[in-house]
Amino acid sequence: MAALLQVEGLSKSFSGLRAAQDVSFAVAEGGIVALIGPNGAGKTTCFNLIAGVYKPDSGVVRLGGERVDGRRPDQICRAGIGRTFQLVKPFAGMSVLDNVVVGALNACRTVREARSHAEKVLKILGLADKRRQPAASLTLPERKRLEVARALATKPRILLLDEVMAGLTPTEIDRMVELLKELNAKQGLTILLIEHVMRAVMALSLRVIVMHHGVVISAGTPDEVTRDPVVIECYLGEEAL
Amino acid sequence: MPAEIYLNVAVSGLLTGLVYGLMALGLSVIFGVVRVVNFAHGEMMTIAMYIAVFLFAAFKLDPLLMLVPISIALFALGYAMQAGLINPFINRPEHSQFILLVAVAIIMVNVLLIVYGPDAKNVQTSYSFDSFQIGLLIVDATKAYAGAAAIAVALALFAFFRFSRIGKAIRACADNYTGALVIGLDVKRLYALTFGIGAACVGAAGSIMVLLVDVTPPLGPAYTLLAFVIVIVGGLGSMPGALLGGVLIGLTEALAGLFFTPSAKSMFAFGILVLVLLFRPQGIVGKKQT
Amino acid sequence: MTRFLGGISRRDWMLMLAVLTTFLAAPWFANDYLLTVLILILYYAYTGQAWNIMMGFAGQLSLGHALYVGLGAYATAALYVHFGIGPWAGLPAAILIAMACGAVIGFLAFRFGVAGVYFAILTIAFAEFARIGFDHFRWVGGSAGFFLPVANYAESDLLNLRGKPVMFYYVMLGLTVAAFILCHLLLKSRIGYCWQAIREDEEAARALGVNTFRYKMYAVVISAGMTSVAGMFYAFFYNNLFPEQVFSIGRSIEIILGPIIGGVGTLFGPIVGAFVLTALAEGLSDVMLVLGVEVPGVKQVFYGICLLLVVVLLPNGIWPPLAKALGLDRNPDDKRGV
Repeated sequence: MAALLQVEGLSKSFSGLRAAQDVSFAVAEGGIVALIGPNGAGKTTCFNLIAGVYKPDSGVVRLGGERVDGRRPDQICRAGIGRTFQLVKPFAGMSVLDNVVVGALNACRTVREARSHAEKVLKILGLADKRRQPAASLTLPERKRLEVARALATKPRILLLDEVMAGLTPTEIDRMVELLKELNAKQGLTILLIEHVMRAVMALSLRVIVMHHGVVISAGTPDEVTRDPVVIECYLGEEAL
Repeated sequence: MPAEIYLNVAVSGLLTGLVYGLMALGLSVIFGVVRVVNFAHGEMMTIAMYIAVFLFAAFKLDPLLMLVPISIALFALGYAMQAGLINPFINRPEHSQFILLVAVAIIMVNVLLIVYGPDAKNVQTSYSFDSFQIGLLIVDATKAYAGAAAIAVALALFAFFRFSRIGKAIRACADNYTGALVIGLDVKRLYALTFGIGAACVGAAGSIMVLLVDVTPPLGPAYTLLAFVIVIVGGLGSMPGALLGGVLIGLTEALAGLFFTPSAKSMFAFGILVLVLLFRPQGIVGKKQT
Repeated sequence: MTRFLGGISRRDWMLMLAVLTTFLAAPWFANDYLLTVLILILYYAYTGQAWNIMMGFAGQLSLGHALYVGLGAYATAALYVHFGIGPWAGLPAAILIAMACGAVIGFLAFRFGVAGVYFAILTIAFAEFARIGFDHFRWVGGSAGFFLPVANYAESDLLNLRGKPVMFYYVMLGLTVAAFILCHLLLKSRIGYCWQAIREDEEAARALGVNTFRYKMYAVVISAGMTSVAGMFYAFFYNNLFPEQVFSIGRSIEIILGPIIGGVGTLFGPIVGAFVLTALAEGLSDVMLVLGVEVPGVKQVFYGICLLLVVVLLPNGIWPPLAKALGLDRNPDDKRGV
């Protein structure tokens, strides 16, 4: 399968601290790739580099063959990369539906189209009955689903999910995993996710990329990676696999 | 024009600028620590000025001698404001805090207007018309004393923050709010103290300023704006920056008044403000905020 | 905060119609003085609504809005006095000038990342700059003032805005209603959604494809243009312009009092706020008159206290709790959880 997202030699330093160093990987069209690693490994930095929040010091980001590095975040969203935030950022004062409409406006021409698209997305994420509630009134798992719904409404070619399972109960995790699997299978949505919750990583991903201290230290199928001695060493003492 | 005039005007501006700097120092301290934008800053200074005027008119007390008592009075006012009014607002959105202080400022200015009326008041001491001559320089006595007093207060403030326990605690608060809480500092009390200190600064500046200019209630908002311009130009949160900014603005005002019309002097201050906001928002001395 | 998106219920329609009818019929019951007070209320409702676009919708705090009033006033006045161009004909030029000014401020602010308090100070600085600048602007009178020829008040000349208070009343009412409708339409449109998103969380808005720079510029420019129309009204109603008054920071603050007291970000907030504030202030003036107290500054202290009370006790303004009490903010399947 062709690579939808290609990251080559991505590097970024903050006041001398090398958050990402020569990071390269690819996400195939229709694939699900997990980016894992200990805290501070540079995973969210990579997301921010891909999503245009930071400009890379060096390196290239390609979406469908076209270079997108150096563009603004809103331009990158329009190009087809949707993202969620590690600490969810709902539009608290707006209703759940309106939150998603904002995302839908990225892909739809009129407000009416955007609203109907948003309603559909809410249904998929199981938030339809809460559509008129203010986003501030949602529980954390609901807010996480809203975050995904919003990004999904932008009709992305690839969805970047930043620790979307964190803080969820096992039941909620399973539910989210099912949802993502379905989106991937039915709509061919390509997904790149940062995750600490290994249960989700193992259940979802076709490929896993491991980062540590800003560098990619391993890549392969979940089985290959969990057996890689380099990976085991860096995780020793941390969350059990 | 002969060179002496430029020199005299510049020095005069510099000395006035030191007093501006002292005023702005108070604002910088408040913002640097409490992170509240004191929109009532100039109004507080005007209150101090009116107190000085009153004390002089009623008891013939020299404003410079009254500097300490007035500063203490303003300290109390500042402490009360922070403890009673502003502390509950710490976690509210920024524009809420701002509007709160705008309201306080409006009340202050107009109470002064009601009590003292719109006419200008001033203080004429025995040395109001004296001057010193140093070579080509002719310096007004009032300006010279004002500058000296401003420097003295500023130094006292630096020493306080550098060497005293409370001063260091306040600096800790500024650097790291949560950290300060963790090590057991009573942050709310320290905030109130800081606001009080900032207010005391402004009180000192007011007692000094009353020697140099006439007081009217509208001076309040004008000084508030000036204080902000100085603090932004010098660098928000930087104490030397506030003094530097004050001197710079004092100089530009004086020279602009000389080359153009006196009323145009604030336009230059604003021009500098816009330039700084655009190209060096952290101010001349300030650190870049992440 | 109450949102006014989506359909308007029949109940709301009835209420609005009732209010509108009252306002339309007012001149039959009001004497000239009361009419002037109503004009003032509508003026502050209008300018407050225009300011609300920048703050309540796009989240940018402007404390120098008197700038746009002044620009609109001086532009239309100058065209009338120097070239005989009527106010409505001169209005497009005034709006363009105000919009251009707003665009400059917006560009400087947003391109260079000037936000929050810094942005507010920038707006103050620009208004002050204009105040001092116009003091020296001889062509429009400078600090001595600019005067429009006072015409025959027996006639109502709508084209040149010369006439009795009644005419001005209906003009201001028309403008306020138009502003209200415009804001309602904007809120429901793509612009409205983007504005609210930016106000709530700019970074998240960007991640969803919103070009935040462009939309913030829209807010500033539209708000500026709308406000300048009030300037035109001001010039032709009062017939004299002094930079010290028109551009003063006191005026800028008066503009924000209505929306803040009524409720920033809501549609009815500015109107309710303007109404409450002006009614109370005039009431206070009357009481003082009766008591024989004639002290400048009392009204402003009153404004300050009102502002303080609202900010401390009713942070969202008077309208949201009022609407709730009147049962006006409910949608059929709405569930308030907060």
